[in-house]
Amino acid sequence: MSHLNVAVDTVGVADATPDEKQPWAELGLKEDEYQRIREILGRRPTQSELAMYSIMWSEHCSYKSSKVHLRQFGQKNPKTPRLLAGIGENAGVVAIDENLAVTFKVESHNHPSYVEPKQGAATGVGGIIRDIIAMGARPIAVMDSLRFGAIDHPDTARVLPGVVDGIGHYGNCVGLPNIGGETYFDPCYQGNPLVNALSVGVLPRSRLQSMQASGVGNTVILMGAKTGRDGIGGVSVLASATFSETGEGDARPSVQVGDPFTEKLLIEVCLELFDAGLVVGVQDLGGAGLTCALSETAAAGDGGMHVDLELVPLRAKGMEPQDILASESQERMLLIVDPAKAEEVLARSRRWGLLATEIGTVTDTGRLVIDFHGQTVVDVPPKSLADEGPVYHRPLAEPNDLQLIAVDRAETLPRPTTPEEIRQTVLDMAASPNLCDKSWITEQYDSSVFGNTVLGTPHDAGVVRLDERTGVGIAISLDGNGRFARLDPYTGAQLALAEAYRNVAVTGATPIAVSDCLNFGSPEDPHVMWQFERAVTGIADGCQKLGIPVTGGNVSFYNQTGRDAIHPTPVIGVLGLLDDVHRRIPLGLGKTGDTIALIGETREELSGSEWASVKHGHLGGVPPVVDLDHEMKLAELLSRLAETEQLAAAHDLSEGGLAQALVEAICHTGLGAQILLPEGADPFTYLFSESSGRVLVVIPRGQELAVRTACEQRNLPITPLGVTDANTDGLHLRDLFDISLDELEASWKGRIGAVLGE
Amino acid sequence: MARVVVDVMLKSEILDPQGEAVLGALPRLGVNDVSSVRIGKRVEIEFDENAQNVEEQSRVIADQLLANPVIENFSVTVERSPIEGA
Amino acid sequence: MSARVGVVTFPGSLDDRDAARAVRLAGGEPVGLWHDDAALGQVDAVFLPGGFSYGDALRCGAIARFSQVMDTVKAAAAQGMPVLGVCNGFQVLCESHLLPGALVRNAHLRYRNRPARLRVETSRTAWTRLYEPGAEVVFPAKHGEGRYVADEAVLDRLEEEGRVVFRYLDNPNGSMRDIAGVTNEAGNVVGLMPHPEHAVDELTGPSNDGLGIVASVLAHLTGAADTSGVSR
Repeated sequence: MSHLNVAVDTVGVADATPDEKQPWAELGLKEDEYQRIREILGRRPTQSELAMYSIMWSEHCSYKSSKVHLRQFGQKNPKTPRLLAGIGENAGVVAIDENLAVTFKVESHNHPSYVEPKQGAATGVGGIIRDIIAMGARPIAVMDSLRFGAIDHPDTARVLPGVVDGIGHYGNCVGLPNIGGETYFDPCYQGNPLVNALSVGVLPRSRLQSMQASGVGNTVILMGAKTGRDGIGGVSVLASATFSETGEGDARPSVQVGDPFTEKLLIEVCLELFDAGLVVGVQDLGGAGLTCALSETAAAGDGGMHVDLELVPLRAKGMEPQDILASESQERMLLIVDPAKAEEVLARSRRWGLLATEIGTVTDTGRLVIDFHGQTVVDVPPKSLADEGPVYHRPLAEPNDLQLIAVDRAETLPRPTTPEEIRQTVLDMAASPNLCDKSWITEQYDSSVFGNTVLGTPHDAGVVRLDERTGVGIAISLDGNGRFARLDPYTGAQLALAEAYRNVAVTGATPIAVSDCLNFGSPEDPHVMWQFERAVTGIADGCQKLGIPVTGGNVSFYNQTGRDAIHPTPVIGVLGLLDDVHRRIPLGLGKTGDTIALIGETREELSGSEWASVKHGHLGGVPPVVDLDHEMKLAELLSRLAETEQLAAAHDLSEGGLAQALVEAICHTGLGAQILLPEGADPFTYLFSESSGRVLVVIPRGQELAVRTACEQRNLPITPLGVTDANTDGLHLRDLFDISLDELEASWKGRIGAVLGE
Repeated sequence: MARVVVDVMLKSEILDPQGEAVLGALPRLGVNDVSSVRIGKRVEIEFDENAQNVEEQSRVIADQLLANPVIENFSVTVERSPIEGA
Repeated sequence: MSARVGVVTFPGSLDDRDAARAVRLAGGEPVGLWHDDAALGQVDAVFLPGGFSYGDALRCGAIARFSQVMDTVKAAAAQGMPVLGVCNGFQVLCESHLLPGALVRNAHLRYRNRPARLRVETSRTAWTRLYEPGAEVVFPAKHGEGRYVADEAVLDRLEEEGRVVFRYLDNPNGSMRDIAGVTNEAGNVVGLMPHPEHAVDELTGPSNDGLGIVASVLAHLTGAADTSGVSR
């Protein structure tokens, strides 16, 4: 006896019982959506079909609220021959040279990381890695952008160590270097931490894979972990509860647990299969499990698909067809394979100890048909699931408080004036949660596996060598600033874009592509939707201006507790290209006697700054000005100076301004800096303003004139600030104050561990 | 003295990657008739001689600290009660 | 013809390519070995790389120990073939009883990645003969379970017989007597937690001190009498 207590809801049963009451509302479908399903099918959906539509038409899978805005990326993206695969694929693919391509993507795993921080974060890393594999690439690195509530809130002590443990455990065990990222604290993320994970992979251009289930008669193979009840959400649980009285306990939704060991095997087996030319189509199983993988591959192909669901290897007993379809068990991939090659695919999997099972066939029926023990439980047009979901034009409204906030400028707040007060502000800021040293976190990550990491944390961008022979490599940075986006989502999104772009440029790399992760509150709130629209427009306009395409990304809505949404938080990943990683520009102070200078203009821009937040708990005014023309000139200059090896070091100025950039450069090298601020400059403003488009550079002796000329040719302001000096202890600001290295380190280091009780 | 043993196991529906890996290795030891391996934690707690409500206190410890109720179950066994252990 | 150094891949090995690169950069010929194949081919030495074999299930290295290739490696080691285990490879060697002691969870209970300063305590092993005894090297140390433990009697014996090969200068994990690496009685089997294969090029590592490890075994294999140091 298997599950004779429950009659399987087949297509035949559905035909015979058109008036059966169905829990579409509980599954999150609207009445008109349910009616549309009935129209598409010409009958009521079966339980399994209802589960599949509710999943595929959910916000998460269908992008129904964001779609109309995201179209801007496609419309405004600059045309570039580099883009080999873009939005709509598992991850964007960008050509590096004639032979090599790189694929990268950032994705959120916010909600699961709040419920179970370790596993939530771990499975977030696992999911983004499978997107990279699905493009035919070998994953070569990961990064993460993390946001938590206040550092001293008791729940942060639960969430932060768990998230870091999860990212470390998964990434270390699957064998990928973590090459950077960011960590921020703000009370707005208290009940909604943001865990955005990025992965990047490399592939020979000839190995690019597609998700198409094409070729009638081809075999559908499910590879990887067994299917259990992991992550079965509201969906099938509700469906089962209504149709059958399942016992308590077993049917409850359960947390997905990641198994990086199985993921590592998946990487090796998939790459072996791709290289041997054994795969026609491939899709990873992510958030919506088999439902999504089957409908997307079938919809992308040219026919239909037949699946025998009872062939899916199960981990849990008594799973109903809708459970199997909705399960979010991790570490699984779906392959489309020529039947003549299926045996070899299975044999290669066995050799690695990885499960692989034939579960279906590509057909020419134009239908996705799923049988369970010989009874048809699903018979639908696959495009209706994957491509023809609902599209919403949700109302937009500027938040009521925005104009009031705009006039409440941080530039009017009381400031430190005496040298002693400014000195103390430097130390207090260095010790503040968002600016302090993050090595408590980053030391829990492997950074050197593969032996290709040229720059990792705490450099502005991660730099990875792709080819040992030519030295060609990439740089990646991941940046966001929720406070700026709260003040002005359009400008805030562009500031994040500009910062990520500049961080990549600071290493000497040329920015070539973008991936974004858009974290927002509820789309049902017109204010949130307005923020979303402004941010997307800002990114699309910005990328058009900068000439680099958005290649993909992810939207995470509903990041809010009750009526309180998080700050709108677009996180931007920029990918850059370095012809030779030997010429990368590191963070630091170079050698004693080198010149320290500032490129870019410092304006009085304190609204939304770290200083206003730390010292006044203030958020108001308008964010700093963005000048993308300036950013492009700056990036071109830095790339040129890297090529000619005329910079010893460089560091982007961002949160905390010049003061923080100096603290970081000094602590990184242990060298001292003698600094004289320009005549007439207000010391406080010069040190703490967060004007965009600025870079601290260190120029080797003898190159000062060449660098100055290069700046002048591009109409970029450069201001000499001082020199690196091994005999100076820490920071010497002439006519103002001195801070020893010990004192700087005492403030900057150890804060996170101390707050977490270590 | 009371000695309490707390066993912590992943809930049955939660994947146990460790157990799966051990299961996969058993054929190499010539063992072929095992269908499932699950790995948990055993925690031994010794209370002071005069401790009261030992079982209740152990449940609090297990629920709040030793086990993660989101993914794990636990069981509490009092091996020597305060009365016996005098 | 250069010496052939076999690099074993277990399911979950991560540093196999990096180990092969180190062999190549030091002038040897890397040969891939598969965990499920007893044949060692014609290799002259074996490198067990780092990683998380079998996901570190149960205890690190506990399952890899039962692989086909380890039976052959054990037999070859008994005949004097040089065998090196790094990180997870060291754990496999301890679990296989080719080296004494065990590697347990770090005293601070976390995975930690920091460059480790080490002192090379002896050049009387197949894998360290080109280092000056007392030389200081920097290799990345990155592990959650790298705390070396053994009975006091075993530790005393290791010290007496000069079998402590590497010692931490800033003990990162609570290892007993700051031990980072040890050797067997014959000096042909060496295990250490920090990663010499990630210190082969200053572009990508904290130093290139790790090249001396493979260079040593190549010198050992060609019977070179040269024992002058290649390191600081």
